[in-house]
Amino acid sequence: MSSAVVASTDAGAPVELDKMRIDYADGPAAHLDLKVSPGEIVMLLGPSGCGKSTILRALAGLQPIAAGAARIDGLVRLGPEAHCAMVFQEDALLPWRTARRNVEFALALRGVPRRERKQLVLELLDQVGLTPFADHLPKQLSGGMRQRVQLARTLAAEPRVLLMDEPFGALDAQTRLDMQELLISVWRQRRTTILFVTHDVDEALLLADRVVVLTPRPARIARIVAVAHPRDPDAQLQPEFGLQGKEILALLGHGQLPPTEDRKD
Amino acid sequence: MTTTEERVLQAVPGAEAPPVERALSSPGRGGRLAAAAARSLPIVPIVGAVLAWHLLTTYDVIAWLRFDKVPGPLDVFHSLRVQFETAEFRQHVVSSLGRILSGFALASLVGVVVGIGIGRSKVVAALLRPLIEIARPIPAIALVPLAILLFPTSEQGIIFITFFAAVFPVTVATMHAMKTLPLVWMDAASTLGANRRQVLFHIVLPGAMPAIFSGLSVSMGVAWICVVSAEMISGQFGVGYWTWMSYSLLDYAGVVAGMLTIGALGFTTSWLIERLGRRVNRWLPGEAR
Repeated sequence: MSSAVVASTDAGAPVELDKMRIDYADGPAAHLDLKVSPGEIVMLLGPSGCGKSTILRALAGLQPIAAGAARIDGLVRLGPEAHCAMVFQEDALLPWRTARRNVEFALALRGVPRRERKQLVLELLDQVGLTPFADHLPKQLSGGMRQRVQLARTLAAEPRVLLMDEPFGALDAQTRLDMQELLISVWRQRRTTILFVTHDVDEALLLADRVVVLTPRPARIARIVAVAHPRDPDAQLQPEFGLQGKEILALLGHGQLPPTEDRKD
Repeated sequence: MTTTEERVLQAVPGAEAPPVERALSSPGRGGRLAAAAARSLPIVPIVGAVLAWHLLTTYDVIAWLRFDKVPGPLDVFHSLRVQFETAEFRQHVVSSLGRILSGFALASLVGVVVGIGIGRSKVVAALLRPLIEIARPIPAIALVPLAILLFPTSEQGIIFITFFAAVFPVTVATMHAMKTLPLVWMDAASTLGANRRQVLFHIVLPGAMPAIFSGLSVSMGVAWICVVSAEMISGQFGVGYWTWMSYSLLDYAGVVAGMLTIGALGFTTSWLIERLGRRVNRWLPGEAR
């Protein structure tokens, strides 16, 4: 059933940031070079205010690029044209639309004919486990449920690159774990490329293939940490998890940098 | 001597009347008796006022204020009953309602369009804002002579004055709403591929509805003030005209009956706007589900 949703979606697209620089009015906000493979999950981690969200906003087409280029699937198109869709931290749902109608909105914008929308909406809501709440307004849903709706709505755009801007940042620990599991299961079905901004080191290590640690503003790459066992359910029990966590925390200015053999940055 | 405008202001008690607070009647622990007592609280002052009115007029009290020529509640009630049976009076009511609704509808439409234009486009703001700021402080009533000169019929003049009074509250409310819409709604829509038109109709307009409706209820209040005043000055129909005519004909019970009719009309139209607003904006966090 839900394969209908996936069928027309190509898997994830490659993303290339080629010396991309983004400026704010008062100076540079971010400047980096990064290649992301199709279907890879890359977490961007950095001190708050460093400009990590700005990088996602640029890829979403919400922020102009000052210099260099960003290429998605080899082309310099960004945002919806490039099938880049974004999940926001805040309540980005339209509060006057029910869960169902919020998801439908994305389908309508994509030009899906009215009679096909209903079925697709049900499949998407089913995928995020919200079928019983389809007709609830956002104010009647919990924070976690609202983020599920937002994920469903974003998936309705059939993104090949999913940009996630601290999407679980405002959720309690339990809900956050549920959401992380949900995201992984969705990713396993679709193999979308994911760029995910977080300030949570554990979240980064649990979800990522690679963790990109950024410097304070302007955001540059401090180090790229390749996760030892990506998305291994027992990852937290393995010694690398703690070591890599410590390494990242040290780069963010908490504690001593452990002695590492190779510094490839 | 009171001016016409003051008279009208006094005559429109319902124009901005808030519905009686429901908080008083919250049931529960207090028990039925307490609830019933609480529910009767709003009635006490009303009954008291009518009773005082009755006594003051029955005994023709003259103590600085002179009640000897003021009609009592019974006279007024009688007058209302007689008038509502005449087709002529009903025609006056229909006439006023028609003016209010045309002026108000026109003002809502223009106010929302101009407000969105100013809020969303620097060019439109530069073009229209100064003009609006110049026109806005002019009380609509002051336009009556000009309206008589300008418009071929007094009917159109009255509708124009109503429009003029009602358009600014809606414009200003809509304009301000444009600045308070959360940016994340627009960002989300544009990352999903919405174009400007879709953002306007699916984000901006529904998102601004709470502010637009608060502008509309203010507009409805001033629209009544202006339609009644304009009718008193230049109309040949309408409740305002009828009330003023009653005064000229020394039918004082008719004057109060006219006042009360205007109040009831104002209350009803405001209530309708309120109801409609609640329905449109039921997604607001403060609205019950």
